[in-house]
Formats: sequence, C-alpha cells, structure tokens
Amino acid sequence: MTILMIAEHDNKSLKEITLNAITAATQIGGDIDVLVVGENCGSAAEAAATISGIRRVRVADHACYNGQLAENVAALIQTLAGDYSHIMAPTTTSGKNILPRLAAALDTSYFSDIISVESADTFKRTIYAGNAIETVQTADSIKVMTVRGTAFELAAQDGNAPVEVVSEVTDLGLSSFVSEDLAVSERPELTSASIVISGGRGMQNGENFSILEKVADKLGAAVGASRAAVDAGFVPNDMQVGQTGKIVAPDLYIAVGISGAIQHLAGMKDSKVIVAINKDPDAPIFQVADYGLVADLFDAVPELEQAL
Amino acid sequence: MKILVMVKRVSDPNVMIRVSADNSSVDLNNVKMAINPFCEIAVEEAVRLKEAGIATEVVALSIGGTQSQEQIRTALAMGADRGILIESEGPLESLTVAKLTQKIIEEEQPGLVILGKQSTDTDNSQTGQMLASLMGWAQGTFASKLEISGEKINLTREVDSGLQTLSLSMPAVVTCDLRLNEPRFASLPNIMKAKRKPLDVKAAGDLGVDLTPRIKTLMVETPNERQGGTVLGSVAELVEKLKTEKGVI
Ligand SMILES: Cc1cc2nc3c(=O)[nH]c(=O)nc-3n(C[C@H](O)[C@H](O)[C@H](O)COP(=O)(O)OP(=O)(O)OC[C@H]3O[C@@H](n4cnc5c(N)ncnc54)[C@H](O)[C@@H]3O)c2cc1C
Ligand SMILES: Nc1ncnc2c1ncn2[C@@H]1O[C@H](COP(=O)(O)O)[C@@H](O)[C@H]1O
Repeated sequence: MTILMIAEHDNKSLKEITLNAITAATQIGGDIDVLVVGENCGSAAEAAATISGIRRVRVADHACYNGQLAENVAALIQTLAGDYSHIMAPTTTSGKNILPRLAAALDTSYFSDIISVESADTFKRTIYAGNAIETVQTADSIKVMTVRGTAFELAAQDGNAPVEVVSEVTDLGLSSFVSEDLAVSERPELTSASIVISGGRGMQNGENFSILEKVADKLGAAVGASRAAVDAGFVPNDMQVGQTGKIVAPDLYIAVGISGAIQHLAGMKDSKVIVAINKDPDAPIFQVADYGLVADLFDAVPELEQAL
Repeated sequence: MKILVMVKRVSDPNVMIRVSADNSSVDLNNVKMAINPFCEIAVEEAVRLKEAGIATEVVALSIGGTQSQEQIRTALAMGADRGILIESEGPLESLTVAKLTQKIIEEEQPGLVILGKQSTDTDNSQTGQMLASLMGWAQGTFASKLEISGEKINLTREVDSGLQTLSLSMPAVVTCDLRLNEPRFASLPNIMKAKRKPLDVKAAGDLGVDLTPRIKTLMVETPNERQGGTVLGSVAELVEKLKTEKGVI
C-alpha cells in the first residue's frame, strides 16, 4: 500500500486536521506521502515534513494553485496518482471540492468523510445526518476518500521527512481565484477546539454573541452557531455546526438557545460532554445533553461567565 | 442559455429514519419522501436566472425510480420548463449518476448545470464535482452567490475559513449551499400547470453507461444512542459538575 495524503493548509501553516487524517492513513498501513499544493506554500511543506512516520513530502508550488482551485489541483494529483493505492484528504471544504473531481477523472469511486478504517478497502461513514453508519467496500484499484478529523487522533509531529518538489504544472485555465473573505479570530479553530460554545436563534442577534465570546475567552473555547443563527445573519457561515456545516467533537460542547434539530445534532453529538441552556424544557437538545439548564440564556450565560 | 438542474428524491430530512432489522439498509417503507432541500435551492437559482433573462430554458433532471417524477413535478411547479427522468430502480452510485447525466448533457448542451451541494440521505457531496470532472468543465461548489456576466460566472463559495470568490468559465457545474437563496413555495395554479409540462422518461439501461456497482455496502447500523442526562438547578451546580464530575473545565 502506498498512500498519498493531500495536506490541508493555508500556505503558511499546516492545519491540524491533516494530522487526524494521517492517523487514518496509518491504520491502512504502508508508505505515506504528503502532498502540499499551493502558492508560496514552502512553510506549510516544512511543517508537513515534521509529521511522524511519513515517507516524504511532495510540494507543488505555483501561482496556478492560488486558492487551491479544484480543476488545477485535481489535474495535478491525477498526474501523480499512478504511484498510489489510496489518495486521501481531511474532510474540509477543500478536500470535498477536489477529491470527488479526482475520483471521476480516475474512474474510481470516492468515499466522503470516513469515520473508521476497517481494512485497506473497507471503511465506515455516516449517512442520514449521522442516524445510520454504513460499512462500505470497494475493489477499485485506487481508493479515494476524505477523512473526518474528529474520528481520528492526532498523529505526532516529531519527524523529519524529505521534501521533494513536484515540477508538473497543471493550469487548465477553467477557473481563477478572485478574492477571499476570511474569518479572523484569536480563538481556537472550531473543529479542533477542546471546548465549543454555540449559539442559536435564541441569541436574537449578532451583538448578543458577545456574551458567548466572554465565556469562550475564559475557557479557551471556540464559538459556533446553528444554521438558524447563520441564516439570520447573526454570525458568518464558517461558524455553522451540523450535518451541512462543520462536525465537531470537543470534550465540552455548550449549546445555547439551540433547539437540537437532527441536522444540528449531526455536527456535535460525538462531543464528550454536552451542556444545553434553553428556556424550553421540551427542547430536543435536552435528550442528548449530559447537563441541562432550563433557563433564560440572557441570565444563565453571564452567570456562567462570572462563575468561571 | 439552457440550464440543467438536478433534483433528487430523498427521505424527508426532518423524519428520523430506522435501520432495517437485518442491518442491510435503511428502512424507507412508509417514510415520507421529498425533494432534497439543496436541490430546491438549485431549482430556485435556475428559475431566477430565467426570470432575469439570463437563461432561456430550465430543464429538471432526476435519476431514480418512477416516483422521482414527483420531485420533477415539484421543480416544474417552481418554474422549470420541462423534466427528464432517467429511470432506474435501486440506488445508484454517484459516479454512475454523473455518467448518466453526462449523456443528457451531450444531448441537451446546457451552458450551466446546477446541483445541490449534498444529498441529505447519503451525505455524499460529490456528484457535482464528478460531473464537472467528466465534462472537463469548471466547478463552483458550495455556492452562496452567483452572478453571470457574458461567458463568466462570478461565484462566491462557503469555505471552512469564510468565503472564497472565483471566476469560472462557462459551461460550468455549480453546487448550491444553504445561503444561495430561499426557495419559493409553488402556488396552486403553478402546481396545476406543472402537470401539463413535458416530462420525458428514459431507461438508465438504454444510455450506454455501465451500471454495475463498484461499492459494496456490507452493513448499515444504528449509532450508539446518547442518553439524556440531568437537568440541573443552577449555574453553580453546572460549574461544579463540569469541574469535578467530568473534569472538562
Ligand atoms: C438541508 C438542511 C440542512 C441543515 N443543516 C444544518 C446544520 O448544518 N446545522 C444546523 O444547526 N442546522 C441545520 N439545519 C437546520 C435545522 O433543521 C434547524 O432549523 C436549526 O438547527 C435550528 O436552529 P436553532 O436551534 O438555533 O433554532 P430554533 O429551532 O428556532 O431554536 C431556538 C431555541 O432557542 C431557545 N430560546 C429562545 N430564546 C431563548 C432564551 N432567551 N433563553 C434560552 N433559550 C432560548 C428556544 O427555546 C429554542 O429551543 C438544516 C436544515 C436542512 C433542511
Ligand atoms: N439520483 C439523482 N438524481 C438527480 N440528482 C442527483 C442524484 N444524485 C445526486 N444528485 C444531485 O447531486 C447533488 C449532490 O448529491 P450527492 O453528491 O449525492 O451528495 C444533489 O443535490 C442533486 O442535485
């Protein structure tokens, strides 16, 4: 087995979720190469070289990979694919954008968001918003998949793998990067934070999220949201937790003013400890919460902050 | 320009499903079915482009059993002009769906194909990307804003770190995220009108695509149920429990 892992990075640094995905690759076994594709991504490649247990880092650094355009990146990986039995990426919007495109180009199937490795050709993944788990197997010669970060431990970073340059340039000219509007936050990333506090429609507006931020700052937590809070424009889309947003599994998840719809639960029910603060005692969120407070959030949250 | 929009029949996303007793599949007997919510957004976007004079025709395509005609009719009631059903009993893999769609594209020559970003049943999020790949077209996934000017699409995508804007050459494939638009409700007169709009049915087996499955589903199981815990009396009690009982803060 020879595995190619597509690194998640922002050119400057390696995203932690890559290390979770590496653990999945390790469970498959065999040699693991990590591919870093980007523009001016040298420092991300250097960071990738520290991942323990990998054979080498391959780096493709070119202006045509700015924005990690699916067309160009998938075409690049296709030129390298012949060397590999498995091509994997962490489940991120980038991995989900690129790998299905690659899979079709290779005429192979693709598994999205696997949560366990049963063997080199058999994996588990969730369906129906996490209400069922399927075990799937493929005989395709190259197996392409994305890996749910929260389902695997972090790989260590005490290695020193060689970094090799990939000189192929695959610029298809089908799309181009225009701009990006990135969330800036001092807080930990939602998908890797050990504590997450999320607000829902009950927050009433965006300004009120400041009471969650105060708690987050005391706990070193990330702040998330339900779809309703994002749709209402309280907070940006990158904060959405759920079936169609981000999947989180922190040690502690605090749901504030969130009813607990199936689609929200899909994104947080693997958290170790769940706390719900909601004024409606019948809210479904209480059915999955370890601890519930039936209270007005505008009383309970500031009180919680004081008590910390 | 013609737009092809893809609609999938799925179980109603708000209905809790059950795994079959033999752990072979999800039991969909007597489960309420619906149009995949992301496909509704796709139809809405296509219809708006027609209303804006950018598109000339909107064709709704579904691949599935005979009953998928209901979801095509929904799309027609929302404003699509005609429908195509590729009939196939039993579930089809995404790559096969993409290959069948490719055949329709070759026939219909649309300038834009709009899909949902994800099916709420399989949670795959892959068909649009596969289709774009087979066609050799540009792809704009997880779209929250779409503007067409000339032969280019200016497309904003919802990505993990915020928003990304791309320029895509047409023809292209776009997949919709939740914030792209708010789908309309079809009015009763439009539902009546939709019954008379053309709906062409083709058999999947006649399109020259190998339908042999590549993926084997070995088992379907129910995840471990979480137990609801205790409702506490005060914030002080909560902090105490989190500190001493669980040690998470
Ligand atoms: C295709 C699809 C995909 C979806 N994907 C997602 C997803 O990824 N993530 C997601 O979250 N949702 C998703 N949803 C939406 C989901 O179905 C729910 O609509 C949504 O989660 C509801 O958000 P909410 O709990 O904030 O709002 P509501 O359901 O309106 O709940 C608000 C809660 O706040 C409580 N409340 C109000 N005021 C106070 C107060 N002062 N103090 C205390 N409590 C208060 C209320 O009692 C209520 O329980 C999706 C839906 C569809 C159809
Ligand atoms: N059988 C199908 N018939 C019509 N459209 C489909 C079908 N399967 C997938 N799609 C389209 O592809 C999108 C993404 O689906 P998926 O890749 O299955 O998550 C859906 O929202 C539909 O627009």
